[in-house]
Amino acid sequence: MSSDRLPRLLALVPYLMSHPGAEVPEVARLFGLSEKQLIDDLQLVWMCGLPGHTPGDLIDVSWDGGEITIENADTIARPLKLGVDEASALLVALRMLDELPEFEGRDVLARVIAKLEQAAGDGAATVSSQVQVEIGAAPGAHSVISDATRRRRRLSLRYYVPGRDEITPREVDPLRVVMVDGRHYLEGWCYRAEAMRMFRLDRILDVEVLDVAADPPAEAEPMDVTAGVFRPSDSDELVELELTAAGRWVAEYYPCEEVVELGEGRLRVSLRARDQSWLVRLALRLGDSGRVSSPVSLADRVRETAKQALANYDSVA
Amino acid sequence: MSRRKTERLLNLVICLLATRRPLSAEQIRQAVPGYDPDNDEAFQRMFERDKTELREIGIPIEVHRDPWEDDPGYRIVRQAYELPEITLEPDEAAVIGLAAQVWQRASLAEAASGALIKLQAGGAPADLAESPLELRLDTRDAAFPALWEAVRDRRAVTFAYRSAGSESVLTRVVEPWGVVSRGGRWYAVGHDRDRDAPRVFRLSRITGPVSPVGRPGAVTVPEGVDLRSMVGFQEAPNERVALVKVRQGTCAGLRHAARAVRTGPGEWDEAEVTFADPERLAGWIASLGSDAEVMDPPDAREAVIRRLKGAFQTAGDPSCER
Repeated sequence: MSSDRLPRLLALVPYLMSHPGAEVPEVARLFGLSEKQLIDDLQLVWMCGLPGHTPGDLIDVSWDGGEITIENADTIARPLKLGVDEASALLVALRMLDELPEFEGRDVLARVIAKLEQAAGDGAATVSSQVQVEIGAAPGAHSVISDATRRRRRLSLRYYVPGRDEITPREVDPLRVVMVDGRHYLEGWCYRAEAMRMFRLDRILDVEVLDVAADPPAEAEPMDVTAGVFRPSDSDELVELELTAAGRWVAEYYPCEEVVELGEGRLRVSLRARDQSWLVRLALRLGDSGRVSSPVSLADRVRETAKQALANYDSVA
Repeated sequence: MSRRKTERLLNLVICLLATRRPLSAEQIRQAVPGYDPDNDEAFQRMFERDKTELREIGIPIEVHRDPWEDDPGYRIVRQAYELPEITLEPDEAAVIGLAAQVWQRASLAEAASGALIKLQAGGAPADLAESPLELRLDTRDAAFPALWEAVRDRRAVTFAYRSAGSESVLTRVVEPWGVVSRGGRWYAVGHDRDRDAPRVFRLSRITGPVSPVGRPGAVTVPEGVDLRSMVGFQEAPNERVALVKVRQGTCAGLRHAARAVRTGPGEWDEAEVTFADPERLAGWIASLGSDAEVMDPPDAREAVIRRLKGAFQTAGDPSCER
């Protein structure tokens, strides 16, 4: 944090100049600081100023009663221009927003992109066109679901759960629509699970908007998706698989707790699964390109299921 | 960074911005508190480091070499330093806030929030309305930051790469043209020098570090190159049809995907499933165990049997080496 301090001060001073009377808690929150850290920053700024460093040269800051005023800081009254990374990070994200089918305010986006490009200069405009995010096509249910979320209506879904290969009916009070890594999800309170759930929009087979107002219980809090949408619980069983080069895709598709290279492209991965039957199906799909090495009971189940399936084909293993 | 150093650097920035004429190192030493007044060498070293640090955070320090003076002069030109006047309406600021969130956990999070705070410091409305829309992009691939930098700096890179399903890792030298996120995965697109042809690399298959090769500015992105169409490989259309027996009350996903399902003999239904690649179809049908059986065509049926036998044998022999 300390190495970011100078850039922060060079933004803090202009912020305070353009927001006279801003309050300590609000400014601290905006800059991601504790109030104590902010006061410490203000004290530091107060020691600085023009060469000569007589009282008349120094920046004058006061935060009496929690309201911050700053004077004599005209030299650094404007923030530092945007760096190429900074402007590009925003521009890439803005261009991605432009592709969202449900995004309202495309005219706003166009204005913002033009303003930022102008403020940032050519470098950022070029880089940001070389980093692109493609948004998965929004399934047909998208507009219905977005609309119901805005209007806070309860939804009735038919939802496909690949883990159990089942289609289940659910009533859901929608909280928000989330786009993570190019995929769309509905997040809401599921009355079947009696918990918050994420529903991938492309797995919603049918959706009906009920004539019922959404009324999720108080504990229905949106989850923090910054750590990813799928988060196995520690209580789920830990399973170990050995994969050949042809089976490496497993490590790319599913979140693994550990991935160990075994040479010649082989991998050992461990992952957590709520449901053993999903792993049996994965092992069958892998054929000879993957093997359950632990637990033994699961390997036995794979063997048994494969044997039963082979019996269909009048084929003995 | 120590508090004293931050103070010194802030004073240095103010001093260099305030001066109209370039200042020599010696003048700066007198004007900015914190520099060693006695030890010339210690001062020079510290001043050099300070200039480097300021440049690293994007502060443009201009160096003047006057033929009549022995020492160069330094200053910061205001227009080069300052964020230009940019007026953002509340709805525009809200959109920028939404864009900055996108990278929240990714390697560009710091850059995005740094940009946001500068814009707010420049007067953009800071009160961002809650949005019912939540957007996130991940860049968990270790290779992402280095490739971003390489694209930004137009610089070639080298890395070890394992092609899909390959047993070996090969070293590639690539002039990167861009990075594209598709279906939640990042791809680098560029000119592969050894193969002398354009290539696409999935970032998750890069093993180990991505190192720069040669000088920045050396890469030229060909005019009119369409990064997305290079990444967007076309899947073969599902032109073939398989007949699959499915046990009643099971295989919900397959039934939904099938183009037709009929009641069959006994406890079975019959589904028609379209496909392109028999191996992919076989992986799917094998995963359904004894609830599904491919009747036709024979190549798909054989492929399922092979998979099931493979699963049976590998699952049975805990010490098997493949």
